[in-house]
Amino acid sequence: MTKFIDLTLNGISTGAIYAAVALALVLIWRSTRIVNFAQGAMLMFTTFIASGVIDGGGSYVLGFAVALASGFVLGAVVERVLVRPVEGAPQLNAVILTLGLYTLLVALAGMIWGNTPRSFPAAFSLRGYRVGGTTLLFTPNDTFTVLVVLAVAALLALLFRRTTLGLRMRAAAFAPEVARLLGVRVGRMLTLGWALAAVTGALAGVLVAPSVFVGPNNFDPILISGFVAAVIGGLDSPPGAVIGGLLLGLALSYVSGYEGSALVPLAALVILMIVLMIRPTGLFAATRERRV
Amino acid sequence: MEPTVLKIEELTTDYGPIRAVDHVSLEVPEGSVTAVLGANGAGKTSLLRSITGLVRPTSGHVRVEGEDITRWPVEEIVRFGVAHVPEGRGVIAELTVQENLRLGGLWRGREAMPLREIYELFPRLEERAGQPASRLSGGERQMLSIGRALVGRPRALLLDEPSLGLAPVLVAQIMSLVRRLTDTLGLAVLLVEQNARSALSIANRGVVLNLGRVVAEQDPQKLAADDSLLHAYLGF
Amino acid sequence: MSALPGATRSGTLVPRAIRSSTLLRSLLLVVVAGLVLLVVSDQLSAYRDLQLAAGAYYFCVLAGLTVLAGSSGQISLGHGALMAVGAYTVGKLANVGWAVVPELAAGTAATLIIGIPLGIAASRLRGPYLAGATLAFAVGLPALADRFPTFLGGENGLTINPPTPPASLGANFPLERWEAWIACAGAVIVLFVFYNLGRSGVGRALRAVRDDEIAASLGGLRIGRWQTLAFSLSAAAAGLGGGLLAVVTQTIAPGAFPLQLSLSLLAGVVIGGLGSLMGAVWGAILLVFLPNWTNDAANSFSLSSNVSHNLPLAVYGVVLIGAMLVWPSGIQGALRAIWRRAATALGTGGGQTPARTPGDGGTAITVDAPPRTPAAEEPTPEAGAQAPSER
Repeated sequence: MTKFIDLTLNGISTGAIYAAVALALVLIWRSTRIVNFAQGAMLMFTTFIASGVIDGGGSYVLGFAVALASGFVLGAVVERVLVRPVEGAPQLNAVILTLGLYTLLVALAGMIWGNTPRSFPAAFSLRGYRVGGTTLLFTPNDTFTVLVVLAVAALLALLFRRTTLGLRMRAAAFAPEVARLLGVRVGRMLTLGWALAAVTGALAGVLVAPSVFVGPNNFDPILISGFVAAVIGGLDSPPGAVIGGLLLGLALSYVSGYEGSALVPLAALVILMIVLMIRPTGLFAATRERRV
Repeated sequence: MEPTVLKIEELTTDYGPIRAVDHVSLEVPEGSVTAVLGANGAGKTSLLRSITGLVRPTSGHVRVEGEDITRWPVEEIVRFGVAHVPEGRGVIAELTVQENLRLGGLWRGREAMPLREIYELFPRLEERAGQPASRLSGGERQMLSIGRALVGRPRALLLDEPSLGLAPVLVAQIMSLVRRLTDTLGLAVLLVEQNARSALSIANRGVVLNLGRVVAEQDPQKLAADDSLLHAYLGF
Repeated sequence: MSALPGATRSGTLVPRAIRSSTLLRSLLLVVVAGLVLLVVSDQLSAYRDLQLAAGAYYFCVLAGLTVLAGSSGQISLGHGALMAVGAYTVGKLANVGWAVVPELAAGTAATLIIGIPLGIAASRLRGPYLAGATLAFAVGLPALADRFPTFLGGENGLTINPPTPPASLGANFPLERWEAWIACAGAVIVLFVFYNLGRSGVGRALRAVRDDEIAASLGGLRIGRWQTLAFSLSAAAAGLGGGLLAVVTQTIAPGAFPLQLSLSLLAGVVIGGLGSLMGAVWGAILLVFLPNWTNDAANSFSLSSNVSHNLPLAVYGVVLIGAMLVWPSGIQGALRAIWRRAATALGTGGGQTPARTPGDGGTAITVDAPPRTPAAEEPTPEAGAQAPSER
């Protein structure tokens, strides 16, 4: 029974990470109709930068802040320079482009920091809570993770629903041509969308780094899980991303606990296929089905 | 003679090998409506899209109060005071009515028209302010898109087939509304329509396009009476 | 087979019968290619023969992948994993004594069988969804080796007995050359199959699906079936490639089939030009020689091991990005464009042969092939509002 509880709690904390990555993917999908396959590599890169800062003597908080800031810049630059040319083109081009970016970032990270994974500090204690006589597989750091992700999701929701900037961004995402006719500088809104998504991704990277270690390929499973979570919730739906992330986190936690961690990516694949077969637009298809 | 707000000089737009707009020249003074008529494929929508920059003209000029805006980005043209109500209304379905309206004036900031005034013009919109725009009927959508264009206090207003899909009663309402607004706000209105008679009924000037070229430019009364011309170019 | 527009390009040099029958042309092509490879392999050193073999098995995979992407618009990141399926099948069979040809056939068949359900799934998925699913497949499948360590050899993988050249070739026949012959035979078979496929009714059906799914289905094409077929065949080709890899390298481990492999395969088809079999040749050359070139570059510039180790991957990344931004139709497309310009300048040839002649399956199909009207990409709420039609 304790194993089940442990797995559930673990599922919630990993689910929070998946939710953050899924949220990043959804933000980009909503604004530019692109699945950013480079998201995992981008957050890997920003985590490496943070790791460099911390290893060089900076505090955790500084490293955290640097990760977010570099995420913002990276996201903006990538959209403006690489993605803008393929935004109107067929889907295939954007897929290949983001895959190319993924490949390049992994290679660059290996060149700059080497291929040996390194450790990353956690914000809070990694010792599980003691309840009664047992130690749970849930730590103060996990609480921090879950709370931060939920807070970021809430902030983003507030931004989009209640601010004029958010209104502009939504207009630019839903109807770019009409938005232009209303004086919205659509290009800037798209860049901002990518920047915010990259920040969210960078956040996920820093939060998950203590457990997966920082290496060029160590964040690949996170990207896959984030993608599956986004699909579960519906690529158009930010709340769906969060819920999808949590659900997937739970499911994969049980798989890992009862079947072994090697099968997790395949389990994610199976779940992905099931969702795509049954409900391709996701559980929370927010808007009418666009050309999926 | 009222000052010219919108001046189009020899505007030409090509879609690859197809010439959609062929050396069109027009002037729209302040406080007046110019009706642009023509059959399907005559180039009316292309003309509007070329003016607002959704499509890059091949040659020619568009001037707004003297300023040459021909190759400006769309957003900047709009921010200069040219509002364009596109074909099909362009209502953003995922946003509420109120959000749609607010969008129209965000770039104007403080000087945008207060929503209160728009609601006075269109009480129906106030009733539905918080609802997603997808729930609106065709006529309500037309009101929304016109209202949205007005929030930004434009100097020039381009309307692309506002009567499309609307019942005659509604069409008459909207046309008279456009006329009222033109007079009270001093707008320069370019009204593209297939429904020639209703457009001509409120117009100061009438222009007929065919294959992208201006083939007739007259007093609206004369045009409306010229059955053979209308028949030749508009098919009825 | 119908007479093909591409036929006019070759003028009157090639006899009519050859021009008008795809089957004959492909047979001729195959025989010529086979002879060339035979002669070339004789001249090469053992090391070069191994490279030739590698080029051949990469060609198998790339040919399948390029047909998949170029003909039916599907992007698969899982072909590296499919190679693993073929490789492991061949490996297990070789170690229980199967001969080369049957084990390769079995490896191909196994991958074909796995390819069918994957293909069915793939046919239901569009662009990014298919890429994501195959990505998960690529990352997940090699992990199976860890899950079943005894059967699949775990992290260390399997060692395979090398294939012995038949006695009729003489006792001193170099092993490497024999391996090169086997691999080239596989490549030539793949060439034959896909060349015919591209120019047949099946190829046309696939291209119709790629260009406009809705129109194709309205025209009566069973899209799902064609896409499943395309995927399964390309999977089989990948399986053959993987099997050949096992035969040639004699060791297979999960580490040989990482995600990077699938990405490098993608770069290989993109650089060559999606949909172009000739492009697959360019891609194979890239995959074989790039590690050597980067090694040499690293040595001559005294680059650190970190840099040189990751340099090939960086090149693949740049290729993928560069192709999308600058050079969508790859080498083959560029060559074709030059050829066309030369032909029109000289006043010969087929004149205005457009980039996508139907039936001319070897044309580098540009990635941005179907020029969807911009309207289709805009998520406008009002249907049909933004088409650039004249009003």
